[in-house]
Amino acid sequence: MALSARALKVGDTYEEQVVENLSRTRIVMYAGASGDYNPVHSDERFVTEAAGYPSVFAHGMLSMGLTGRMLTNYVGDGRLTEYGVRFTRQVWPGDNLTAVAEVTALREAGEEHFVDLDVTARNQNGETVVQGTASARIDP
Amino acid sequence: MGIEKFPVESSHIMMFARAVGDTNPVYYDDEYASGTEPGAIIAPPTFVQASAQFDPDYFLRPKEGHSWFGSGREATSVKKSGGGGGGGGGGGLHAEQRYTYHRHPKVGDVLRAEVKPGKKWEKEGKRGGTLSFSETVTEYYDQDGELVVTAIGVGVVTGKVVEQ
Repeated sequence: MALSARALKVGDTYEEQVVENLSRTRIVMYAGASGDYNPVHSDERFVTEAAGYPSVFAHGMLSMGLTGRMLTNYVGDGRLTEYGVRFTRQVWPGDNLTAVAEVTALREAGEEHFVDLDVTARNQNGETVVQGTASARIDP
Repeated sequence: MGIEKFPVESSHIMMFARAVGDTNPVYYDDEYASGTEPGAIIAPPTFVQASAQFDPDYFLRPKEGHSWFGSGREATSVKKSGGGGGGGGGGGLHAEQRYTYHRHPKVGDVLRAEVKPGKKWEKEGKRGGTLSFSETVTEYYDQDGELVVTAIGVGVVTGKVVEQ
């Protein structure tokens, strides 16, 4: 399951579509699970009439969580040591998101091996919605 | 500021994993999880954000005896609305989030969160006028006092609504 330093090289990529046709219901599921009930994410009337947005939109943390699924599928359970992103663009109902990890470095610290990754998620128009980095402990 | 008790519970992890579309059984099947390297149901990477559920004063949850700014009979219960709060702390939209995992939380952990203000800075935005950024650092400790996850959130308050 876990990655091996021997089998990796800088420039390797791993990609997954992490959501297709994002539903308002999934955004509500995320609100319920995370506890962030900000009505900009679930209340169409509030967000269009009072807050001035064209529709509800996803929590940034939902985009990060969806992207995190690609990462843990790639590096294995419990192997992430760092994960950070900037939210560069809002994610709207109906969006498709594809998340990509690219190997930027392989390093050793003490007896342990690590991989550093660039992490990006893009929508169906190729626009970046989440951009960041991650690191994971890997096998030798 | 902070959260005194954040019990890491299996049904909460299952619901959170479902919300982020993650069907990995390490997040809901304890028999399967016992055979994996972590050895138990662990939390997905962004799960500690759900500690908001255990913050009695969390401002983005309707509370008894307080009006809520979302719609009811009217589009909002407040006269003038901002852009809404963000998970990054300090209000506004969530601009950035970073985690360092000292280990991954697992079912049965009872975490405690210490919240500290971080850096603040301003920037001229291309689409949003003046952007005011503020950082919040949250440290999650386990029942033995060991640091489990360090979370840094950055919130941004924009001068006007950000258009697509």
